[in-house]
Amino acid sequence: MTKRPVRFYQVGSFAVGNRLLTDDQRTVQSDPNRTNSIDSGHRACQGCGEALGARYALDAAMRAAAGRVVTVNATGCLEVFSTPYPETSWRVPWLHSLFGNAPAVATGVAAALRVKGREDVRVVGQAGDGGTVDIGFGTLSGMFERNDDVLFICYDNEGYMNTGVQRSAATPPAARTATTDAVGPEPGNVFGQGKDLPRIAMAHDIAYVATATVADLHDLEHKVEHAMTLRGARYIHILVPCPLGWGSASSDTIKVARLAKESGLFPVFEAENGRVTSVSPIRRRTPVEEYLRLQRRYAHLFGAHPRPDIVTRLQEIADENIARYGLVNDETEEIPVLEEAKEMVH
Amino acid sequence: METPFGITLDVGSSRANHTGSWRVERPVYVDRLPPCNDACPAGENIQGWLYHAESGDYESAWRALVEENPLPAIMGRVCFHPCETACNRVRVDDAVGINAVERFLGDLAIERGWTLPEPGADTGKRILVVGSGPAGLSATYHLRRLGHAVHLVDSSHQLGGMMRYGIPAYRLPRDVLDAEIARILAMGVEVTLDHVVDDVEQERRDGSYDAVFLAVGAQIGHRVSIPAGDSSRVVDAVTFLHQVADDDPPLLGRRVVVYGGGDTAFDAARTARRLGATDAVIVYRRNREHMPANEEEFAQALGEGVTMRWLSTVNRFEGERLVLEKMRLNEAGFPEPTGELEELDADALVLALGQDTDLSLLERAPGVVIRDGVVEVAPTMMTGDAGVFAGGDAVPADRTATVAVGHGKHAARSIDDYVNGRVREAVARHELASFDRLNTWYYSDAPRTRRPELEKIRRQDTFDEVVQGLTEENALFEARRCLSCGNCFECDNCFGVCPDNAVIKLGGGERYEIDYDFCKGCGICVSECPCGAIEMVPEKI
Repeated sequence: MTKRPVRFYQVGSFAVGNRLLTDDQRTVQSDPNRTNSIDSGHRACQGCGEALGARYALDAAMRAAAGRVVTVNATGCLEVFSTPYPETSWRVPWLHSLFGNAPAVATGVAAALRVKGREDVRVVGQAGDGGTVDIGFGTLSGMFERNDDVLFICYDNEGYMNTGVQRSAATPPAARTATTDAVGPEPGNVFGQGKDLPRIAMAHDIAYVATATVADLHDLEHKVEHAMTLRGARYIHILVPCPLGWGSASSDTIKVARLAKESGLFPVFEAENGRVTSVSPIRRRTPVEEYLRLQRRYAHLFGAHPRPDIVTRLQEIADENIARYGLVNDETEEIPVLEEAKEMVH
Repeated sequence: METPFGITLDVGSSRANHTGSWRVERPVYVDRLPPCNDACPAGENIQGWLYHAESGDYESAWRALVEENPLPAIMGRVCFHPCETACNRVRVDDAVGINAVERFLGDLAIERGWTLPEPGADTGKRILVVGSGPAGLSATYHLRRLGHAVHLVDSSHQLGGMMRYGIPAYRLPRDVLDAEIARILAMGVEVTLDHVVDDVEQERRDGSYDAVFLAVGAQIGHRVSIPAGDSSRVVDAVTFLHQVADDDPPLLGRRVVVYGGGDTAFDAARTARRLGATDAVIVYRRNREHMPANEEEFAQALGEGVTMRWLSTVNRFEGERLVLEKMRLNEAGFPEPTGELEELDADALVLALGQDTDLSLLERAPGVVIRDGVVEVAPTMMTGDAGVFAGGDAVPADRTATVAVGHGKHAARSIDDYVNGRVREAVARHELASFDRLNTWYYSDAPRTRRPELEKIRRQDTFDEVVQGLTEENALFEARRCLSCGNCFECDNCFGVCPDNAVIKLGGGERYEIDYDFCKGCGICVSECPCGAIEMVPEKI
């Protein structure tokens, strides 16, 4: 997003499409002939952020690779809700093996294609946060270390939602899950644990690491398309709210993702070869409380026995992210210049 | 199909699983009433014509505009644009400059010679329209479109009413006025000028008209008795502006005081400046907050050197000295005299204390009720005398040109019903597209384009137009600032954000459809619709 000039259209450049834009200026998702990599009839919950994120990412990858993509999927919600035997929602070549081995299987597919001389066919590995930060972490780190030609995408919904909302190493502090009860002096998940996988990936010095959310489609598609122009190991970490596990309204999925970014709790950036190259600045800065209040997994911080001290600690995390990545700048409210009206006249 | 070992079923698509059965609420596309349309006294579909202007299709935009209002170049100058006051974009950055875009379209239509729609097939009905101001012209236009013959009469020597004899040329150039009137007359209108109707029933019988529309305006300056040594130095603003419009301005001297706080007071003071007055002072009995005049006109007048005397009334006029009495506002905001007097040098006093309507032509009309100097009308604009309709300044309403245009249109449609013996059923209005229904995240922020104003020095002594128009690119930019409140503009958001691919894009102005076989009713499309054009309704079980 930061790479794009601010154009002024009736709806700026934030909506999915616009009748006033030419086709090449619109998102992949605005195209009625998009791949629809994951088809209707899947069994994801109402308002599932992961189903949305997977379609956004894979449709963009399909366009970037001219329809030649093989996907490898770890076990998790995305696998379970899309392929109850004998039905499948996938309209792309799709493999599933085990929970923990998706990066290794993707490595194998890439190796096979190389042997066959089919370097036009690209490999995308995908998993939820459990399959990425916990169970598949060893094979993923190996894939990074060997610099295998795979784009690996993590759809992060911050827990094991499919099996009943258990904590993962991506569950944020203070969040209530089935295994981190909202009881005691430190209710919910503990502070100071968990893994920041985008930064761990960067530490492998791989070609490309990026984060994105389902709330900014232009940014997400840009990152997938850019990743597809590179070779070697690449990693994209997409925040996908889970109405079931987070206790948010199904209609608020995108809003919650937007607030995660606007509050600073989820920094959106991209990095090449271990260095941050750009960040998506916060456009309308929001206190973390506004984000937390939409989710019942944080309900114990408010209500009859509020814990403003814990909210303050979460705000400190957001503020630290803002400082670390430089998420607030002078252009937090983007004001287009008048000259740019000219380009749309004809 | 041969299946591999251990596999007994063929691969099937998940499309066999109709997830629509999970739904308890369904999203439905709606059209809501944009606040600009709601506020427009002329009933324009503003959001509708801006939609065409956004794509640069100005002719379609103009055609959508003149569906309701045949005078866009005039309204783009003199309308006080309640639409912009109501505009939801005020709460994002600044209102859309609707008035400026309207004027751009109006001027472009004159420049390119676009013609109004053809008149309707001849109905054989004859309608008399008395008065050729905005109400009369609007009614004439809409009656012609409905196929009725119109006889337009006016007591003055030229058409236009207060647009010609009340609004100064620096606000409304006469070539613009003439062009928009000529376009209506080209639809085939019988015109009689210099004709005073003194008995409407007599006139109606003599001309065998099927109906009459009275748009006689409010042409008489309201007089108050002010002790004056030399009454020739006291004129009323309506007469003064009429004389200026006739190119016969009275000699007022160099120090002109205008008494009043409405738009006419400002028109008179600004006109006096242009005629050579070194001092043009407006005396008003209340303060700025209570002044009825338009904010923009006030600012422009101050910019031209007009000065204000707040909280003052004229006590008497002695020779070249005007005696003012200071006032104070009581708790209810009404001015009370303080008894404190002060003096002001003045060569002339212009009274701008409101205007009255000459309704003597209705004296012999049966059933007509006149109250507070204006004629009572039904919601159809019909007076108590069947077949006689009235509108504009002669009926109880805000006295603006735009309200008059709306009256003319409304009366024309009611007259059509009347002569055809029909009763119109009230059409339910769409629900208002209020700000809380928008998702403004998707609108990028853009400052409003200001229309350039003539340099101050030039407008102190000429009648050149003060406010200039927008260039094409500015007008396009401005049109694209429209949020399209409550009406789909095909941004593809619903199509993009559905996790179940249950929105079908029809494209090309056909918008979208929901695929209820697969829609789970999550409501993301409703939350993420920028303009609030989708709503959730409970499923019937």
